[in-house]
Amino acid sequence: MPDKAFFSFMAPSLLAMILFIALPIGSVFLQSLFVEHSQVMKTVETCSPFGGCTDETIVDAEATQALAQAQPLGRFNGLGTYTDRNHLAFDDLGRARREADTFGEFLSAIMNLRFYRALVFTIAFTAIVTPFVLALGLVIALAVNMLPRMTKGPAIFVSLLPMIVTPLVGSLILAWIVDAEGILGATLQTLFKDPDLSLKASPTLTWIMLFIYGIWHATPFSFIVFYAGLQTVPRDTLEAAMIDGASRAQRIRYVVVPHLMPLVTFVLLIQLMDNFRVFEPIVGFSADANATSLSWIIYNDLRGGETTLFGSAAATSFLTLVGVIILLIPVLIRTWRDHNSKPA
Amino acid sequence: MKQTMKTSLYAGALVLLGSVAHAGCGVTSGNVNILGNDFPALQAVADEAIACAHDGMKVEANLTTEHREIMSPALTANPAEYNAVFIANSQLMPLLAKGLIRPLDDLVAKHGQNLAPNQLIRVDGKIVSVAFMANAQHLFYRKDILDQVGARPPESYEDVLAVAEKIRAAGKMEHPVALNTKVGWNLAEEFINMYLGHDTPMFKAGTAEPAINNDAGVSTLNTLKALTGYSNPDYLTFDSNTTQALWESGDLALATMWGSRGTAILDDEGSNAAVVSSTIQSGAPTVAGGSKPATSLWWNGFSIATNTSDEDAEAAFVAMVNGISTDMVKANNDKAAWLIEGYEPNVATAGIVASMEAGASPYPMLPYMGVMHTALGGELVDFLQGNESAKQTLSDIEAAYTTAAREKGFLE
Repeated sequence: MPDKAFFSFMAPSLLAMILFIALPIGSVFLQSLFVEHSQVMKTVETCSPFGGCTDETIVDAEATQALAQAQPLGRFNGLGTYTDRNHLAFDDLGRARREADTFGEFLSAIMNLRFYRALVFTIAFTAIVTPFVLALGLVIALAVNMLPRMTKGPAIFVSLLPMIVTPLVGSLILAWIVDAEGILGATLQTLFKDPDLSLKASPTLTWIMLFIYGIWHATPFSFIVFYAGLQTVPRDTLEAAMIDGASRAQRIRYVVVPHLMPLVTFVLLIQLMDNFRVFEPIVGFSADANATSLSWIIYNDLRGGETTLFGSAAATSFLTLVGVIILLIPVLIRTWRDHNSKPA
Repeated sequence: MKQTMKTSLYAGALVLLGSVAHAGCGVTSGNVNILGNDFPALQAVADEAIACAHDGMKVEANLTTEHREIMSPALTANPAEYNAVFIANSQLMPLLAKGLIRPLDDLVAKHGQNLAPNQLIRVDGKIVSVAFMANAQHLFYRKDILDQVGARPPESYEDVLAVAEKIRAAGKMEHPVALNTKVGWNLAEEFINMYLGHDTPMFKAGTAEPAINNDAGVSTLNTLKALTGYSNPDYLTFDSNTTQALWESGDLALATMWGSRGTAILDDEGSNAAVVSSTIQSGAPTVAGGSKPATSLWWNGFSIATNTSDEDAEAAFVAMVNGISTDMVKANNDKAAWLIEGYEPNVATAGIVASMEAGASPYPMLPYMGVMHTALGGELVDFLQGNESAKQTLSDIEAAYTTAAREKGFLE
């Protein structure tokens, strides 16, 4: 294809990508470099229905508006937001390294910082949920593929259910079940004879609960992709392997899995991205006391309270993006190599 | 049958009277668009304001729990999407700081003869909002259970702890206590309430610098931790809906809940007669030997947008004043602790009134209070879970607050 034809073919997609992907990311990055202009404050008499009138500090609206108009983007802060205590916290890290006597102390100082706390959970979630989703999805696909024709349809339908349920609703339902007053939570308390046992109160149990939820929710996706792939495994090769005396396990190991490899890479990519953005189960399970993710702290900055911290949320978004890129690089490099090594 | 007949006649008469009295409520034209939170008391006020609509005057209301997210952008547009807003006291200062709500002195002079002086919220000498109902968290207790263990109604949180221990020791309940301790906004609110009970300022006078790392802060944390020790282990997920459900199911004997939940708890839904008949609402307890109730008083009121024509602003004000009329209060007496003339306090709001009379502090109306509230919400958990000392938690809160306050421009 001549270059000109290629570019005129690609131009609409390129334009859409610039408009809907590059520009928003650029705008988020720009936002993260700024903080709000200074609030000019003054003390005035304030009267409320209770306790009469008192002197209170308020924001001088006119003076502050004037500042805001002069600098609509706010004050330029450079990478200040990235390095502050709520993000990479370089100062606090340095202090922790100087003051901590043992590695344990250093670790607990790091886990006291909200960004690293969220990062650790996010990475743990991604690292644990992703392989389980891949492996379980493959096992279920192989199992369903062996079912007699009659039962395949219902089996596929049932296996897909966890994915059909909206994540927020699914996690809410499970949260009620594992609540200390819920059917599963109360049963566990009776079973272990411990009235203080609670899946939601213990950090370890909360993490495990979220991991299991993540696996439960995402497995149907990898299952359906692998199941589709299984329909294209060449019968000739399988039969040849059988004639050569290969067992079922050997056939899966040496024929089926290599055939599915491109799909494994695809599911791996999608799952790494999805799991790194883990958010809904934390809200659904009200798990933020014990587990927060990068997406959750972005949400918390924007919708968590009375105030919105756009700069802080933008900085975390950008750091999340960097995290996703780092995570995907090995997979992408691999795909690129495979692609290039293929005979033309 | 006779009763029904009488009631419907009465209702009919009310409607008639109402329509005569409304007839435009005194203004002939204008577009009124109301935005606010969604709960029964506000619905009652909005309905009454909407009754002002007639030829040439349009009154509409959008009541939604998501009001907070859209309020500031909607009022920033010129002309504003909404010209009348229901606000709570925590929302006033941020709106005022952006110049989004207008002074009401002229309108109050012209149309506000029936407003009580304490309804008028003044900042810097100007009336900026008209309050119409109060709310506060206070103590609910079960009289039957306290009687069974021979305990007197608690007056301080120390009493609450002692009674809770008695109930647990008597084998009545393992987890008799609940507060709205869901991580985030709710938990932070409990800290603020308890801290206000110590009658100590949260900020260095006249500045936005935090000042909670002190004895009052440590005592507040310890009291909260002791109380949650008598709570169900899931206490970090308790919001108002959860605590209300626990109370109605009879699983609690002592709880700190919002007064506005009183009506729903005492109605004949979701609970049984034994729980309802023995539920007593009393003022917020004191703490650490102080005399101030450990709670914060909240008000709900209305304000009028800056970015709207004077004509529409007047129409909006008149409609809202009609919304908070004495007639409305008489028809909806039990829905809230109204600050309006004609309100008859009753059992459902006894706790709010008792807390007010005992001199509870209002929720601090400082522009940077929201930043502190968020910082508290994120950092308190570590102490309650026993991961770190009270001093460490307090210094973490101050550090998180300072970082956010710098970004918001309150601190250099």
